[in-house]
Amino acid sequence: MFSNLRRKYDFTDYILWLIGATLLIAIIYGSFVTLSSGKYTTEQWLNFVIFGLAQGGIYALIALGYTMVYGILGMINFAHGEFFMFGTFGAFFVAEALASSGFLESNPLLSIIVMLMAAMIVSATVAVLSERIAYRPLRRAPRLVPLITAIGVSYFLQYTARGFFGSGVEAFPNVPALAGVVQLGPITMQRSQIAVFAATGILLFLLWFIVSKTKVGRAIRSVAEDKDAAALMGVNVDRTIALTFALGGIMAGAAGVMYGLVFRQVAFYMGFVPGLKAFTAAVLGGIGNLAGAVMGGLILGVIESVGPSLFLEGIGIPSPHQLKDGIAFTVLVLILIFRPSGILGERLSKRA
Amino acid sequence: MRTRTLLLFSVLVLFALAFAACAAPPATAPVADAPAAATEAASEAPAADAAASTDAAAGCTDALGCVEIAAGDPIRIGYALVVAGPNAALGEDSARGIEIAVDDLGGELLGHPIEIVGEDTGCSPEGGQAAATKLASDPTIVAVIGTSCSSEARVGAPILSEAGLSMVSPSNTAPDLTDPEKRTPGYFRTAHNDLVQGAVAAEFAFNNLGLTKAATVHDGSLYAVGLATAFADAFKALGGEIVSEQAVNVGDTDMRPVLTTIAAAGPEIIYYPIFTSEAGFITAQSKEVPGLENVKLMAADGSFSQDFVNAAGEAALGMYLSSPDFSAFGDAYQGFLAAHEAKYGEPPLSAFHAHAYDAANVIAAAVQAVAIQDGDTLIIPKGALRDAIAATSGFQGLTGTITCGESGDCADPKIAVYEVTDISAWNPNVTSPMKVYP
Amino acid sequence: MQKERPYSLLDAATLGLYGGIAAIMIALVGMVDAFERKDIIADVVTMSQVLLSAMAFTPAFFAASRAQRTRGKGISLVAGAVAGSIAALLVALLALAIVPLNLRAVFVNATPVLVNELMPGDLEGIIGAVVLVAAGLVVGVIAALLTWLPGVLRRATIISLVSVTLIALLADVIAVVIPREVDRYIYRSNGLSVEGAITVFVVILVIACLWQVLQPKLNRAVANLPESRRQVLRFVTTIVLLALLFAAPALLGSYLSEVADLVGFYIVMALGLNVVVGFAGLLDLGYVAFFAIGAYTMAVLTTPELPLVRSFIPQLSFWAALPLAVLAALLAGVLLGVPVLKTRGDYLAIITLGFGEIIRLLVLSDALKPVMGGAQGVTGIARPEGFGLRADTPQEFYYLILISILIAWFITARLKKSRLGRAWMAIREDEDVAAAMSINLVGYKLAAFATGATLAGLSGAFFGSKLGSMVPASFNVLVSINVLAVLIVGGMGSLPGVVVGAIALIGLPELLREFNEFRWWVYGAVLVAMMLFRPEGLWPDAVRERELLEDHEPNVIDEDPTGLAKDATVPT
Repeated sequence: MFSNLRRKYDFTDYILWLIGATLLIAIIYGSFVTLSSGKYTTEQWLNFVIFGLAQGGIYALIALGYTMVYGILGMINFAHGEFFMFGTFGAFFVAEALASSGFLESNPLLSIIVMLMAAMIVSATVAVLSERIAYRPLRRAPRLVPLITAIGVSYFLQYTARGFFGSGVEAFPNVPALAGVVQLGPITMQRSQIAVFAATGILLFLLWFIVSKTKVGRAIRSVAEDKDAAALMGVNVDRTIALTFALGGIMAGAAGVMYGLVFRQVAFYMGFVPGLKAFTAAVLGGIGNLAGAVMGGLILGVIESVGPSLFLEGIGIPSPHQLKDGIAFTVLVLILIFRPSGILGERLSKRA
Repeated sequence: MRTRTLLLFSVLVLFALAFAACAAPPATAPVADAPAAATEAASEAPAADAAASTDAAAGCTDALGCVEIAAGDPIRIGYALVVAGPNAALGEDSARGIEIAVDDLGGELLGHPIEIVGEDTGCSPEGGQAAATKLASDPTIVAVIGTSCSSEARVGAPILSEAGLSMVSPSNTAPDLTDPEKRTPGYFRTAHNDLVQGAVAAEFAFNNLGLTKAATVHDGSLYAVGLATAFADAFKALGGEIVSEQAVNVGDTDMRPVLTTIAAAGPEIIYYPIFTSEAGFITAQSKEVPGLENVKLMAADGSFSQDFVNAAGEAALGMYLSSPDFSAFGDAYQGFLAAHEAKYGEPPLSAFHAHAYDAANVIAAAVQAVAIQDGDTLIIPKGALRDAIAATSGFQGLTGTITCGESGDCADPKIAVYEVTDISAWNPNVTSPMKVYP
Repeated sequence: MQKERPYSLLDAATLGLYGGIAAIMIALVGMVDAFERKDIIADVVTMSQVLLSAMAFTPAFFAASRAQRTRGKGISLVAGAVAGSIAALLVALLALAIVPLNLRAVFVNATPVLVNELMPGDLEGIIGAVVLVAAGLVVGVIAALLTWLPGVLRRATIISLVSVTLIALLADVIAVVIPREVDRYIYRSNGLSVEGAITVFVVILVIACLWQVLQPKLNRAVANLPESRRQVLRFVTTIVLLALLFAAPALLGSYLSEVADLVGFYIVMALGLNVVVGFAGLLDLGYVAFFAIGAYTMAVLTTPELPLVRSFIPQLSFWAALPLAVLAALLAGVLLGVPVLKTRGDYLAIITLGFGEIIRLLVLSDALKPVMGGAQGVTGIARPEGFGLRADTPQEFYYLILISILIAWFITARLKKSRLGRAWMAIREDEDVAAAMSINLVGYKLAAFATGATLAGLSGAFFGSKLGSMVPASFNVLVSINVLAVLIVGGMGSLPGVVVGAIALIGLPELLREFNEFRWWVYGAVLVAMMLFRPEGLWPDAVRERELLEDHEPNVIDEDPTGLAKDATVPT
């Protein structure tokens, strides 16, 4: 993948192995101490994993947009987290209206579908507009230019939301049907978590189906492979790229609804951190690779949830959950050191 | 192509103009102009009065310098409060208290209109740093009301203090800030010290609820760390046990993992004196973590607002919040509430409006005590002002009798514990939350 | 641009539509309401009126000038009117829709108050809307008439209009540096006086006209000078510039010096990042980490707090801690450089980003609180003192920062022209080719990282000392992003560009206090506009600019892909 011109091994490799080995030993030692202390029951470990998966599912949905845009344009779309945020607001306003009319209580499933539609439409619209206005004219610019543009779009969208919707935190309406727990053997799960898993699964299947089985998907893949060749074969490149953004936006909108249902807070700044995490997840799984994005998201969520207690608590680090993001990034660095193109490697595109 | 560069060009022209203009009279540098100019009705531009250079002028012998106010110019008092973002209710509440205080003063002081200059602090240390730097660089500011959050004061207070300014905070409660070893000279507060609040919360949990095992959560802020520690110390002194001390980061959303860690320690009550957004997540998500279903929840005055209850949702029902005891405030407080309702059409947003009202009045009284009329110009010596605030004694405020002294703690602290009884109607002691202790 | 096709009125309408949408955004974001109280000309024109008219004026101006080029003057008038009135029509529709559609439920700023502010005077309802559209039409016609003016005058008028607005907005700042008599003449307590506005407009108009006429002649005159004379001229200019820079704090006063200091920190950082990204082409999104390391080393070594640290390291003075802070950043640069070397492109970006976040989280954590101060940070950081002097005020710090900028400038300027600089550029252009040319990638990349880190550490050390207190939140990923933006807006790889970028992105927003609430919104919009219309930056580097102007294909190599040949002629 990389050039063969470089020497096979040099001193940096040894330093890397040293860093990696040190971190690994620390992780293993910490886990061992924590596990042997028996502080947590098996059920609690399972809870950690489930909480992590629920968070990871949201990361995964956002990461898909990142990875698709990267795969097709080779650009890091920093503004993707804001698409997600706008989607959450879209769902929020619809949910407010539904809740105040009582429809939410009487028809929860239909309500959620309506919220999903609203969020997807809003996110996709924002995504397509951003692409049309800010990114399309820069197709052939050097790679840093679109990156800075994306940062600008991110700021702009975030503060547009602040101006439009206010700087405070809004409370997402409670969906009574999603309250309460379901007992699955030894596992206790929140209904809202089950809803997240179900929705994530369905959406992933749909996306996979679109990308790999339909004509549109073939167009997307061909543009990702080679824009010029695709254009020669009669693919409308501009439309395909816009479509990719729309698909990414739809996934982000869905993530927004999930976020609203699970965390029940909406604020203008809420897109940035999940966006960053989702980008990390996409890289973790191998950016440009759809399955990788999902896997990266889930792994990241689980590491954030399990890691602090498992790795750090045992070695006596106080307030370990403060460092969850640090653990996530450390694992990311470790993985990239040993697998420079992510867990599953790249697929949609071959550049790095 | 050309038109694009126009903007850049005009900016350059501006700078050139500015340079040309100031390079023109090199013999009479602005310093020399100042005394003559200060007597004239100047524009309201903050640095225009060149107060920094007036030390040389006759009339100011104060070691910290003076603020000179020409006839008709406003007396400018700064505030550094959190008026935007998730914790806006906290600062907005105080800002309204200040506005009502200015109204009650008739909008003027010693024949000069009062102007309030606000900076948002974001309830973060760097926000406090930025706001303090801005206010400190404005030589027309007489004194500062603020900050909202203790973390802001820790970094903001030294900056303001070094600039010769005095500040009176309506809502900083962290014990550290008035710790004699750590306090900066210009710092005062009308808010209570959290050693008191932590103790009241611990007594309530231990004696009234009869709980012996508690967990605390802080968010790294000075306020939360100080209050969580005060609570833990008092709780242990009463004979209770702190089974888990955890921390979250500002901006975290998924609290379930940290709550699971807490659940493993088996507490009977979780005390999380943190701010709106994160406290909301903890409250809501605690109901979803196995083992915490019946654990009592308690937060503090940093989350004492409708915004918090909104963020927490139904899970907030039945939880406790410690805060200043409004029922112990004097009769004048009822008048304040009426004025608030009349002016803003709603009950106060959070817990520190009365303290802000008092802070503004303490400053106004001190300004009246030290200001010197020199011809048309009003001279306010900053060092004397600081001493006058420290000398405040037996001042009858809304929150009680205010006596500052060298400690900087001016308050007469009365703390109560409230229970959230209704999540949609915020009006302390009227609808929800209702006082349950003492 | 391709050959222009004849301009149709539909195009003008489209432009007007864009203007109208922009105006609606401005209204809904809350700018109109906020600026209603800000007068540009006291009691005559408010900032919101200026902003809203600009949204009709700008599309009308562009529509009219294009129409004039292809269809003549008469049509240009119609085009301007169409664009202006359509922009106003959208605003009018918004004003009419707010109350009946209850837009308030979604948009917090869509209040009845906003409706009043959008409607002209005390008019309301349909009549108000009609008057508003008529006003837009008038503005459009004026814009069209402006296009009839000869080029020099047209540009000068626009410059003057923009300048008057800026001068009104920057009243607080400008009042400090101009003589009091001038201040009293042009300013009222709320904005410019009418006669002040007219004077400013005329003066700038004259200056702008003269500048446009004389500047080419001046350029030619300079170009015709013999080389020796030109060198003298360059030398004199440099001296004058330096003298101005050193005299600045006395003229600027405390607040402007404060802003200058902030800009200075960013300049030093951006000069460092310029080496990493601009010279060597390594995209670093975690640059703030080195800034943090410099600042925290300074903080931890010089604070009287942190008893644990004090028990084994004595409290140092600023000057003793400074080299250690820089050294710590350098070491961190080398250490981070190692894993970074293994990756390329976006993986490199994410690893550095992760590293930046890890550093921030570590200093924030309870675990390292005894040595780093935790989320509360560290206070009581030492100020530079020595020779009986002590830097306390922003003005005094200005000199220290200026000196560090000059040092950083000198180092990077020398490096750029050195063997090292050429090797970096070769790596930037194509790593594989560079490696094939037996350029030692590992060593050179490490050198770039270490240089960048050192400068960031230097900036951080001064930053910590200047603030006197250090908190982890000052080191979030946005700082890295902002430094990168400074670099790119200024012009990648260009040293003067860094300065221009820092002034534009850090200084101006700081000065335009009125925009405080909207600064990041405008910042985002400006960033996007910059990248769309001037991607090479405000002051581009010669080599970079050439690359950008070419059709950017990675494999198209011109005679001089790296600028090596050009640079090689410069003696080093």
